[in-house]
Amino acid sequence: MNTPLERREALQQDRQVRYERMVEIRALENKVQDLFDEGLVHGTTHLCLGQEAVAVGVAAAARVTDQVTCTYRGHGVALALGLTPVQLLGEILGREAGSIGGIGGSMHLCDPEIGLMPTFAIVGAGIPVAAGAALTAQVRGTDDAAIAVFGDGSTNIGAFHEALNLAAIWKLPVVFVCENNQYGEYSRIDLTTPVEDIACRAESYAIGGTIVDGQDPDAVAEAVSSALDHARSGGGPTLLELKTYRYAGHSRADTAPYRPDGEFESWYEKDPIVNFGRQLLDEGVLGENGIDEVQATVNARIDAAVELVLDSAPTPVDAMFAHVLAP
Amino acid sequence: MPRMRMNQAISAAIADEMRANPDVIVLGEDVAVAEGPFKTSAGLLEEFGPLRVRDTPISEMGFLGAAVGAAATGLRPVVEIMFVEFLGVALDQLSTEGAKFHYLSGGQVTVPLTVRASVGAGLGFGTQHSQTLESWVVGTPGLKLAVASGPATAYGLMRAAIRDDNPVVVLEPRRLYAQREEVTTGEAGIIALGQARQAASGDDATVVALGSTVGTATEAAADGSWSADVIDLQSLQPWDQDLVYASVARTGRLVTVEENPLSGGWGADVVAAVAADLFGELKAPPLRITAPDVPVPFGKELEERYMPSSAYVGEQITELLDTGRVPPPWWQREENTP
Repeated sequence: MNTPLERREALQQDRQVRYERMVEIRALENKVQDLFDEGLVHGTTHLCLGQEAVAVGVAAAARVTDQVTCTYRGHGVALALGLTPVQLLGEILGREAGSIGGIGGSMHLCDPEIGLMPTFAIVGAGIPVAAGAALTAQVRGTDDAAIAVFGDGSTNIGAFHEALNLAAIWKLPVVFVCENNQYGEYSRIDLTTPVEDIACRAESYAIGGTIVDGQDPDAVAEAVSSALDHARSGGGPTLLELKTYRYAGHSRADTAPYRPDGEFESWYEKDPIVNFGRQLLDEGVLGENGIDEVQATVNARIDAAVELVLDSAPTPVDAMFAHVLAP
Repeated sequence: MPRMRMNQAISAAIADEMRANPDVIVLGEDVAVAEGPFKTSAGLLEEFGPLRVRDTPISEMGFLGAAVGAAATGLRPVVEIMFVEFLGVALDQLSTEGAKFHYLSGGQVTVPLTVRASVGAGLGFGTQHSQTLESWVVGTPGLKLAVASGPATAYGLMRAAIRDDNPVVVLEPRRLYAQREEVTTGEAGIIALGQARQAASGDDATVVALGSTVGTATEAAADGSWSADVIDLQSLQPWDQDLVYASVARTGRLVTVEENPLSGGWGADVVAAVAADLFGELKAPPLRITAPDVPVPFGKELEERYMPSSAYVGEQITELLDTGRVPPPWWQREENTP
């Protein structure tokens, strides 16, 4: 099994790996749902099915020394940044093998080695924190940057507006990546947000705001790269709005009955995995049987990870006392 | 008497107050069309319409602040904070604005606001969705705080909160939403704020519990080799000193059972008051049974250990009675030393 750093480097260098990682994210999320249905997962989980290109595009563009904050719908971003299936499943299943030893669960992942800051279960909370990570880079004079990945729903919370304003006046090297998946919890965006495009909110803070096709990993990577270049060169923050779609409900209990008929089908025509796979076939990056081969490789990897995690030690009770305070 | 789940009792209490008073409105994330993620506002949109039952954006500071303003100008808003942790981003509006309006208007402005929030561990929601956080609310003069321990108290406290002319926070233990019991509805079911309830009777100790720990303490008392008064505090601000004092004066022993961490837990106030006022009546030092001073861990076994179980409550009280001393908590016993 590759290390998180190796996984990240491979993804940055190779578009086929990006495709494979999207397939992995989807397969893992489906596996999480299966494990849930089998009663093996304690608690809740929020799946990012349909949003794989956002995760992979961001991870392809970010340096490993850039810091990334993301949300409770963060399995995809974490895997794209390099977290291994074992680290992810271990956390969700409460095993020592989890990325923080099984003490956090589905919503709380972290791996500083690949720039994954502790993920946030409070809507909007990661946005100012990313600005703070950018402040560190600015004060220390490195050319690292930070990326906040958050949903459309969080752009209605004060923290979003405060963080954008602060980052703008201080010209912090941060990229605000809004994955607009059309839903905030159980509500369609038009019921909670008076503007159609979140990107226009950048104007209030005199920073760039760009709409990006969030179902195209190349477009995402290019937009994030360009915003990162701008940030690193002292130009300050950018707001990117990645239009995407949440295939699943908000959480395990939500079957999304509020979704209009035909909406899912129309988004599925833009499915990031199907389309990117086709594109790589056309380009010859994937061979004739490439799609099936990738799927088989991924399935084998995930089956092995599930087996390993289910056979591994549950987090011991006394683990709850570790790391409450720094030594 | 209808048999209801706690979430149904909450919906029923709000509906009854909405029928009685057109000034009662409901605000919160996904409370209208979806009827609340925990189904605590079932049927409200259908019966009372979108003017009075409103879905909000994910903007707790905005809608809680708006509720303070609406309350100060004549409405009686009932605001849902889906998980009590989400109150963090709105705390200014509740504690520093709403709680102070009556005082800072020389008594001219009232804020009849009810803030409901789900609390507590037990469902595997992880550390940012599993706290009880009474400590965010107590110690703020101008606020009242009630905590439901099941369907009947949820119904009674909710109606009292909505009728009260002060900002009242009502906390609802998440793991009790599906619990079912017979509920006295109507006027007879209303529970005055500040009043505790005796959930069990006995002679060896007074066990004071709140919210989720009422069931735990009652179960422990039923299984124990000892007998105890189990008092469901129901309200924490103000709390019912009369009932607690009367019981402790009779049993001579005080035990609090709390889901929160030891440090800063509500039991410290109860213990301090009893120790000061009933010093001469006590046969043993007061015992606080709490969770350890750690964030709520994920993992079924860890989470179950974190919360005081009825078996653990039983053991601690047995040891108190046997030795006359406060037993160390489980995490300080040799076999559990971290």
